[in-house]
Amino acid sequence: MTIGVKKVARPEQMSFGESLYLLEIMKGLAVTMGHFLHNIAHNKEIPTIEYPEVRRTMPARFRGCHRLMKRPDGSPRCVACYMCATACPAKCITIVAGESPDPAVEKYPVRFDIDMLRCVFCGQCVEACPCDAIRMDTGWHTPPEDTREKLIYMIDKLLEK
Amino acid sequence: MNPLFDIAVAVARVAVFFAFVFGLVVVMTWVERKGAAYIQDRRGPNRARILGLTLGGVFHPLADALKFLFKEDFIPDGAHRLFYQLAPMFALAPAIMTMAVVPFGPPVTIAGKTIALQIADLNVGILYLFAVSGMAVYGVVLAGWSSNSKYPLLGGLRSSAQMISYEVSMGLSVMGILMVFQSVRLSEIALGQGELLYGILPKWGVFVQPLGFVLFLTALYAEANRTPFDLPEGESELVAGYHLEYASFKFSMFMMAEYIHMVVGAAVVSTLFFGGWQFPYLADKGFAFPGGISVAVPAAAVLILRIGSFVGKTLFFCWLYVWVRWTVPRFRYDQVMRLGWKVMLPLSLLNIFVTGLVLLFIDKGGF
Repeated sequence: MTIGVKKVARPEQMSFGESLYLLEIMKGLAVTMGHFLHNIAHNKEIPTIEYPEVRRTMPARFRGCHRLMKRPDGSPRCVACYMCATACPAKCITIVAGESPDPAVEKYPVRFDIDMLRCVFCGQCVEACPCDAIRMDTGWHTPPEDTREKLIYMIDKLLEK
Repeated sequence: MNPLFDIAVAVARVAVFFAFVFGLVVVMTWVERKGAAYIQDRRGPNRARILGLTLGGVFHPLADALKFLFKEDFIPDGAHRLFYQLAPMFALAPAIMTMAVVPFGPPVTIAGKTIALQIADLNVGILYLFAVSGMAVYGVVLAGWSSNSKYPLLGGLRSSAQMISYEVSMGLSVMGILMVFQSVRLSEIALGQGELLYGILPKWGVFVQPLGFVLFLTALYAEANRTPFDLPEGESELVAGYHLEYASFKFSMFMMAEYIHMVVGAAVVSTLFFGGWQFPYLADKGFAFPGGISVAVPAAAVLILRIGSFVGKTLFFCWLYVWVRWTVPRFRYDQVMRLGWKVMLPLSLLNIFVTGLVLLFIDKGGF
């Protein structure tokens, strides 16, 4: 048998009591009243999460919105190597590299845009990054916006998270 | 006595019953949503707040009313402008008119005058009720047709067929009650249910007409377009049914009509089948239990107990609507029609026949 398939006994013929229908409605009413009374008495046990005030704790490996990491001096850790943009199956990362003012670092991202409308949240960019500069551990879903432009996240927004 | 007193009494009766029914309508919208939520293991409305208090979402009806008031009141381009605007009135007016004949208490004597606690004690009572509530179908059909849109039209067609079919068994299922109590006046039916059956049971309609009660309740749900007979609205196939093209206060008039139907229907069921304002074993002077024990109760307390008993029964049947709605799934359309014509109609005819036989041969002169 296929996994997850539950076999329910469904008799071909309804018994006399079942065919009257009224008795079965009474049983159904008893079930719903049971839920009703239980939920009134144990109000705290209702599984609803009151979303904006209370948030579900995300599992440790949940892939949420991206963030860019910083060095101790506050500059982005990213070296604009294009590994993430290359790995991205949705082609949603746009990087423009510039020469870094720091002599120890070769390049830095002048632009680093992620189009959240195209992102498929696969996590390939995080896997590809050689410097651990991009992470998806914010625990956030993409929040809704009213224009498409607002959903293309620029480097400032990615760094501040 | 002076005519001013009569006018004052008439106005007071209308005001009290209006306030009761409309207050209950407002409360029912909240009860429906909160009850649905608790039955389905949800929390339900709890966001609208005044001064930081939510009180379990009781402010939501107020928020709804405000929202309906301030929404744009549009008329679709292709709609028939006159009938489109008439339809909500046709839906609401009969619903309000039906409440006139329900007695909410025994007649009281004030300043030497006997006052019936009922807006109008019509001698045609229940016939008026059926005649007026039958008009409600015009609102639905007009709304469905005049919107010039396919889903409302289908919803209107369905509900007209459904409401007319169930009207038949609804009328026939009450016939037994009329035969037993020998009257169509709701006040006399309520009064007749104060007697005892074999000295033990109160002579309530549900005990002398159990089949009639089940049939009437089922037909009432179909008449009020409530689940399991809410096919006119069938969200899954008709979006919202006959009031799909309505917004703002016109839509809320349809909603109000539905809830007033519910409340008045609950009041009528409790009057016809559960003794109306009769409190079990409570006579004019006090309690008289079957064992010969009697407890004296002051007249004012008797009156309060009786009105309270009517209100309590009405509240229970209002809750039953909500309870059934979140228990029984919607029927398929052909099942509704089959139930109406092939089950309800023969059963209600059988009920009349058996009641007639019992009255004729076993219990002459009405139990």
